[in-house]
Amino acid sequence: MGALNHKFNENILITSLDKLLNWSRSGSEWYFQFGLACCAIEMMSAAAARHDLERFGAMPRSSPRQADVMIVAGTVTLKMATRVKRLYEQMAEPKYVISMGSCANSGGPYWQHGYHVLKGVDQIIPVDIYIPGCPPRPEALLEGLMHLQKKMREEPVLAKKEN
Amino acid sequence: MTEQEIYANLSSKFGDKIFEFMEEGTLNPTIVVEAGAIAKIVLYLKDDEKFQFDSLMNLAGHDADVESDFSVIYHLFSTELKHYITLKVFTSRDEPKTASIANIHRTADWHEREAFDLYGIIFEGHPDLKRILMEDDWEGYPLRKDYVPAEFYRGMRIEKVK
Repeated sequence: MGALNHKFNENILITSLDKLLNWSRSGSEWYFQFGLACCAIEMMSAAAARHDLERFGAMPRSSPRQADVMIVAGTVTLKMATRVKRLYEQMAEPKYVISMGSCANSGGPYWQHGYHVLKGVDQIIPVDIYIPGCPPRPEALLEGLMHLQKKMREEPVLAKKEN
Repeated sequence: MTEQEIYANLSSKFGDKIFEFMEEGTLNPTIVVEAGAIAKIVLYLKDDEKFQFDSLMNLAGHDADVESDFSVIYHLFSTELKHYITLKVFTSRDEPKTASIANIHRTADWHEREAFDLYGIIFEGHPDLKRILMEDDWEGYPLRKDYVPAEFYRGMRIEKVK
């Protein structure tokens, strides 16, 4: 009969550290808001009261150093692309990218005559989740974030990745 | 004051610097003037008691087709007398050059930089004529009708769809 007996009765869970970390990580997707065009309005509305991204622990950040995921919401012009790349590089690992809307996915309506538009943000940074739509509704962004949560939970953090 | 009256007044004041008065086929009645004289005319329209054109609503460059001259269009409005006039100057394609009115209407500062950025029109006398929208190392003037986009910009592909 040790001193610890009956102190933690129903409060002990046994899990792996990876799972614990991933559970906490996926519950706090702080996103770096890259609102570049009309998709930004949908992103803001997803963050506001009706759709309330903070239910999922997703919280807008204006600094790349505090963010886990970058949401590229809108048209990436070539001028902005250099900045997008630099800010992506300033984010701390592990980092993820959500490409929101047709413009960020593929150039969207600027596909043919957009002399100034990057035809897809995946040309300069790796993208984890693509959200289609022009612009996507907040529900679509929510689903994208939940897919990302799923991806986070399946990834090893401490265990070595198998190549 | 009607546009015709403004035209008649400018004609008598500036003579052969005023080229023509366009009323049909344009959205706003337009007076075409000589590129070199635009600053003098705009200043006169601003200072004269009869006109008091104290607001430059818009200044835009324009390229009609690959062989035409460039033009610059000025939309003036008088907040006192509530009348409008549109001025237009043409400038050659090989040497696009016109006088700046940035020191008469501050509005013109950024608008002239935009027209320079996208059409390559030089505004002589502008305090700081450099690109405003495109990156400084951009090559060419994108809104010219004969503009052909480069294949790459800083290593990023500007895809062309055929």
